[in-house]
Amino acid sequence: MIEINNLNFGYSKHKPLFKNMSMRLSNGHIYGLLGKNGAGKSTLLKNLAGLVYPQGGQLNVMGFNPSKRQPALLSQICFIPEEFYLPPVKIDSYLKANAPFYPNFDHEYLATLLKEFDIPASNKLIDMSYGQKKKFIIAFGLATQARLVIMDEPTNGLDIPSKAQFRKIMASALTDERCIIISTHQVRDLDNLIDTVIMLDENDVALKASVEEITTKLAFKRVKEIDESIFYAEPSLSGYNAVMPNYHHEESKLDMELLFNAILAEKTKFKPLFN
Amino acid sequence: MEFRDNKAIYLQIAEYVCEHILLGKWKADEKVPSVRELAVAMEVNPNTVMRTYELLQNKNIINNKRGIGFFVDEAATANIKSYRKQQFIADELPVVFRNIYLLNIGFDELENQYKTFVKENFNA
Repeated sequence: MIEINNLNFGYSKHKPLFKNMSMRLSNGHIYGLLGKNGAGKSTLLKNLAGLVYPQGGQLNVMGFNPSKRQPALLSQICFIPEEFYLPPVKIDSYLKANAPFYPNFDHEYLATLLKEFDIPASNKLIDMSYGQKKKFIIAFGLATQARLVIMDEPTNGLDIPSKAQFRKIMASALTDERCIIISTHQVRDLDNLIDTVIMLDENDVALKASVEEITTKLAFKRVKEIDESIFYAEPSLSGYNAVMPNYHHEESKLDMELLFNAILAEKTKFKPLFN
Repeated sequence: MEFRDNKAIYLQIAEYVCEHILLGKWKADEKVPSVRELAVAMEVNPNTVMRTYELLQNKNIINNKRGIGFFVDEAATANIKSYRKQQFIADELPVVFRNIYLLNIGFDELENQYKTFVKENFNA
């Protein structure tokens, strides 16, 4: 689906964001893109969608070079940005102007999604709240039936019932032909939806592994005391939440926040396990 | 569904399915929800539910009729019990044993407690 080879990119010459980054993504997965503020999550997504152009290396997205911005590729990409603009028109005029760019656009599915999200189809886009607008562009994006779905912080601004609704919609939106990439800081909103974690740090991919691989190699546990076998631990009410090598083949639940902090703090300990 | 944070999600979903079969909500030879349906209900990745269904197939708790879907196995109840028993002996019993040992609880006392418990809870 996506091949990134030696990607180099930066907004200024002195501050490269990516140095020779390489990675492969395949369909049938929901990738969770994690990283600190400024690590380059949104920028990586923009590179894939042809919104900014690599300064070195190659990108291959479904057989296309996204920098060429060919309609055949763009009609297969749905990009839900974190910040977006919607014109002051009603939903149906927006659809008339935008849906034709996507040959597989599914109007019935859009109607279902809007209903699930509780948005009246007669609404004017400009009169809606931020959360409602966000839900609208998510619904529109999924109704395009694009094979590559890119979402930058999709749960920001969603109320509590909408978040649950969003998870249900994403669970049903994943098909074998689709590749879904979601960047997020709201890990707790999405951790059961993500099947593969991609973490960016220090100009490169710090970790790319499936939840299954991570929990085969690492155990996430509450412990009373810390010993040398523990890679990283954070104090909690009843001792510590700890990450350690999974010596005893335990089947623990991945704690994505803990993993995130652990990798930032102890990168060298994790490197040999994931190569 | 509320997930606990001490066990892999795919195993917690397996428990959920087993529970439904043991309680008779899903009966032998009946179809179980599709991978997608269960993923939507649980708000989890369909690949996670697929992993659950692969596990349950290996334990002969459900079976896959190609092109139709997954069904509760004829011998599901017996197979769930033996699978659960294995798990209980491996995961939970050591914790119970440790407490019995540390607190010096005799087997006679334990037996009495057990009988009372069964009487109160299951009228057996």
